[in-house]
Amino acid sequence: MSLTRLDVEKIAHLARLSITDEEMPVYVTSLSSIVDFVDELSRVQTGAVLPMAHPLDGQHQRLRADAVTEIDAHEKYQANAPAVQAGLYVVPRVIE
Amino acid sequence: MLHTLSIGELGRELTSGRTSSVELTRHFLGRIERLNPALNALITLTAELALAQAEAADARRAAGESGPLLGIPLIHKDIFCTDGVRTSCGSRMLDNFVAPYDATVVARLKAAGAVMLAKANMDEFAMGSSNETSYYGPVRNPWDTTKVPGGSSGGSAAATAARLTPFATGTDTGGSIRQPAALTGVTGVKPTYGRVSRYGLVAFASSLDQAGVFARSAADAAIVLEAMAGFDPRDSTSIDAPVPNYPAALGAPLKGLKIGLLREFFDGLEARNTALIHDALKVYRDLGAETVDVSLPHLPLSVPTYYVVAPAECSSNLSRFDGVRFGYRCENPTDLLDLYKRSRGEGFGAEVKRRIMTGTYVLSAGYFDAYYLKAQKVRRLITDDFRAAFEKVDLVIGPTTPTPAFSIGAKIDDPVTMYLNDIYTIGANLAGLPGISMPCGFIDELPMGLQLIGPHFSEIKLLNAADGFQRATDWHHRSPRGYE
Repeated sequence: MSLTRLDVEKIAHLARLSITDEEMPVYVTSLSSIVDFVDELSRVQTGAVLPMAHPLDGQHQRLRADAVTEIDAHEKYQANAPAVQAGLYVVPRVIE
Repeated sequence: MLHTLSIGELGRELTSGRTSSVELTRHFLGRIERLNPALNALITLTAELALAQAEAADARRAAGESGPLLGIPLIHKDIFCTDGVRTSCGSRMLDNFVAPYDATVVARLKAAGAVMLAKANMDEFAMGSSNETSYYGPVRNPWDTTKVPGGSSGGSAAATAARLTPFATGTDTGGSIRQPAALTGVTGVKPTYGRVSRYGLVAFASSLDQAGVFARSAADAAIVLEAMAGFDPRDSTSIDAPVPNYPAALGAPLKGLKIGLLREFFDGLEARNTALIHDALKVYRDLGAETVDVSLPHLPLSVPTYYVVAPAECSSNLSRFDGVRFGYRCENPTDLLDLYKRSRGEGFGAEVKRRIMTGTYVLSAGYFDAYYLKAQKVRRLITDDFRAAFEKVDLVIGPTTPTPAFSIGAKIDDPVTMYLNDIYTIGANLAGLPGISMPCGFIDELPMGLQLIGPHFSEIKLLNAADGFQRATDWHHRSPRGYE
């Protein structure tokens, strides 16, 4: 059930990862071996077992009051930004 | 020698005035300067900050405060956000990232008065079992610097083993505390999922990640865990349950403790590894424990299950690294797609990209049911197996790793071979169970670990069992040559 180069190109696009032509064969091989490895799971009888999303039963998402608790500290947080202007993150043009 | 003392002994030196936190901090900073270059265990040294924190701790003590961690140095794995200090996760992606806040774990230890010496090297974004995937180069095992220390918390483990710090924090998603603890001859604790807050812990796999501690004894680990653990409203998976006084619970007799010998752990185990575990069992029986055979039939599926679930969750968690708001951005992006693809393609290393792509694949249309949903079902089967075993026994015992530390470069080319290093540790992460690894002997002059796993919130039983073993043996006192 190995992956083809086309498969890996599609996956890389979905994951928004650039993979160079030199790197591609290594990823095709290693991803194929990983997928082959996890394919073992397809042979397991799971019948009516419920999927388990996280390990502690009975945990549910806690809610809190709809009240403002955070302060505006955007300058502190934007100190790590690659490019900021007037409090906005600068990116290549998106809309023509 | 200050670096050979336990946390309790250091506390007494500080209380009596025989030493100060500043002197203690200078001592460990000196060891780091001399000994870390051969190990590459650290990414960011915070010497000035440490001395300032040490002065503050000494002032607090002079003002009448006390506490087991007041003035005690530590090292944080570089996955915990530390306010004003670089937090890189071992990645080029965050090489320039200065955290704007403290993780809850960091804040709690800071409040207790601990002094941060440095941020430890780690496998990139916690993905690895050898600390070879770090952007900052591999960490070397102090027992033999041609060998890996294990991973992903390799830096924290190596630093603790080399006595560059009395203790270090780590994280364990698939074994990343327990496995390096075993390979470096120290004690490593992974608490129950939800016991310690994940706020400020850079997320890898949200249903598996858990913060924990490296120390040179279970008794020391108990002191640190008490300070780290507890409900945090900022972590929606944090459990609202009181934190027991772990140190006070140690010393309880082990008579009648039922220890399960996990059949699946011993199938195919190398003879010398088996012998070490059996030697440890003799110690436990002499202390009054009973051993019972148990079987977890689905446990052999834990590695493939993990390598579907963890990559799936990581592909989601790492989508935030997009070159827009923080982290690495590629040069001269031509459009938004190019910005995303090259920032991520250049910012992430190979193993991280492999796992993101594995995760993307198993979550993609047409494959979600066959892989991700299936893995979640097998996860429940494994968890149910553990639950059934814990109806018969208090704790389960086994090796932590299949082999001692392997050579740097030996396994890095084949991901699946590397993944199988986690074969004994992963089950506990899938089931959210607490686990501990402690030194139990040597193979080829390299340390080996013994692992105990308990039911949810059984940290007292685990720490007590580990401490009992350490009162009767001296493996945990051994030090690598040159680091005594």
